[in-house]
Amino acid sequence: MAKGVKPRVKVPKTAAAGSSITIKTLISHKMESGQRKDKKTGELIPRSIINRFTCEFNGKSVIEIDIEPAVSTNPYFQFDATVPEAGDFVFTWYDDDGSVYDATKSVAIG
Amino acid sequence: MGMNLFKTTAAVAALAIMATGAAQAGEDAKLVINGDLSIATQAAAPAHLENLETVYSGWVFRTKETQALEMDDFDNPSFVFVDVALDLYAAVDGTEGKSCASCHENVEDFAGLTTSMPRVNADGALETTTDLINECRTERMGAKAWKYSGTDMSAMLSLVGLQSRGMPVNVAIDGAAAPYWDKGKELYYTRVGQLDMSCSNCHEDNYNVMIRADHLSQGQSNGFPTYRLKNAKMNTIQARFKGCMKNIRAEPFGQGSDEFKALELYVASRGNGLIVETPSVRN
Amino acid sequence: MEFSRRETIALGLGAAAMTMLPIRAFAEATADEIVADFTGGASMSDGGVTLTTPEIAENGNTVPIAVDAPGAVSVMIVATGNPTPKVAVFNFGELAASQSASTRIRLAGTQDVLAIAKMADGSFLRASSTVKVTIGGCGG
Repeated sequence: MAKGVKPRVKVPKTAAAGSSITIKTLISHKMESGQRKDKKTGELIPRSIINRFTCEFNGKSVIEIDIEPAVSTNPYFQFDATVPEAGDFVFTWYDDDGSVYDATKSVAIG
Repeated sequence: MGMNLFKTTAAVAALAIMATGAAQAGEDAKLVINGDLSIATQAAAPAHLENLETVYSGWVFRTKETQALEMDDFDNPSFVFVDVALDLYAAVDGTEGKSCASCHENVEDFAGLTTSMPRVNADGALETTTDLINECRTERMGAKAWKYSGTDMSAMLSLVGLQSRGMPVNVAIDGAAAPYWDKGKELYYTRVGQLDMSCSNCHEDNYNVMIRADHLSQGQSNGFPTYRLKNAKMNTIQARFKGCMKNIRAEPFGQGSDEFKALELYVASRGNGLIVETPSVRN
Repeated sequence: MEFSRRETIALGLGAAAMTMLPIRAFAEATADEIVADFTGGASMSDGGVTLTTPEIAENGNTVPIAVDAPGAVSVMIVATGNPTPKVAVFNFGELAASQSASTRIRLAGTQDVLAIAKMADGSFLRASSTVKVTIGGCGG
C-alpha cells in the first residue's frame, strides 16, 4: 500500500427522492507517471498511479473512470448522481500496486 | 554602482520582455471561501511601506481557474494536508507519551496565532511558528524536531494557520522586534546573486507585470503555507524564499537561519492589514 | 508529483518540436490511434459535447477540465501533445444524473485537448480545445 493515501468524498447527507446531487472526490496520491527519471541514478521511476475509480449507489453504477498517468497528483473527480432512494454511495479507487481504497457515504431521503 | 544598476535594469527588462501589464482574467474577482467566508484581498499599505499605497494578496494575480481552487475547501488540495496534520495532532510521539492534543486539546485555540508570527519571545529571540512547534516536540514531547519545511511541518503549519483564516495579519515591528525587522528590511532591499536582484526589484518595483509567462505578485505571505500547482504540495514561506533566491542565482540562506527568520518577519509586516488565507493555492 | 524545471523545459521543448511537421505527424498518429481504438474508426461529428478548459494554464501540472455530453455512454479525454495522450475515460452508469464530469490533468505543453463522446446509439461526437501552458518566469 502506497504511503499517505487518503480518500476524501463530499456528498450531501440528505436528498429528495429522485433528485440529482453533485459529488466531489479526491484521493491523496502521487500519481507517479512513469515518465520521470530519478535525479540521482538517472533511472526511470516506475509508473505508480490510481488506474480506476468507481462510484456505485446501492450496487448500481453511477460512474466508472479509467485513469491514465495524465491525471494530476491527488486525483480529483466531480460528477452528478441520481438518488432514487435512501442508501449508500460506495467509492473505490484501484492502485497500480494492487491496493484498493474505498469510502462509503450514506444519504437519507429528506 | 552605476554599472550594477545598469546590469540589473537590463536583467529585469530582459526578464520582463513579455510584459504587458495587462490584467489577467481573475484580477477583479472577489475571494469568498465556501460561499460564506469573504476575504478582502487588498488593504491600505501599512505606514512603514514607503513605496506602495495598496497591498494585494497573491490570489489577485492568479488566473480564475487557480483562484477557484481556493474558493472551496474540498476543491482546495491543501485540505488533504490539513487532514494529515489533524492525524499528526492527535498522534502520540516521543518519550513523554504526549501528542499535540495532550496539552492543546482544541486546535481551534490557535486562532489568531499566525497573525502575529514571527514574534520576539521572552528571551528576546525572534521565533517562528515552526520554532514553536519544534520546541514543543523536542522539549515537551521528547520527540525529534521535524525538518524545517518538511511534509509534517508544512502540514502542521497549514492546520495551525487555518485557525487564523479570515483574520488580519498584524505582526509587531517595534520594540524588541525592531532590530530583527530592520535586518529583514535590509535583506529585502539588498541585491544578491548573479542576477544582482533584490526582493523589491520584482515584488515592489514590478508587481502586476508579466515576467515571461508569470504574473508577478507583491510576494505577500498571508496565504502561506500554500499549495502550489507546480509541485502539488504545501510550500512554506522560507521554502519559497529559497526558491526565489535560486531563481536569481543566489546562494540561499538556510531554512531557519537568522536571515530567513528576519526576512519572514519583514515580509509578513509588508502584509499587515491583509487577511490570512492559509492554506492558499498558487501556481 | 513534481517536475523539475529541466524536466518541464524538456517537456515544453517536446511540445514546441511538435509544431514541426514530421514530428507532429508522428505524435498525432499516436493520439489518432487512441481515438480510432475508442471509436472503432467510426466518423465523429463536432458538437453535442462541451469541453471546458482554461485558455491559459498557469502550470501544466494541474489543469482543471470539465466535459458535458448529454446522452453519452462514455467520454474519452485525449491530450494530443502528451507523451501518452490518453488521459481518462468516463463511463456513465444508470445512476449518473448527467453525463458530465470534472477533473484535473497534466499537460506537457501548449496543445489541443479532445473529448470524444460515445453516444447511446453508437455514434461519436467530438470537441476540441486549445490550452496554452505557460513555461518560464519565476517558478521558484
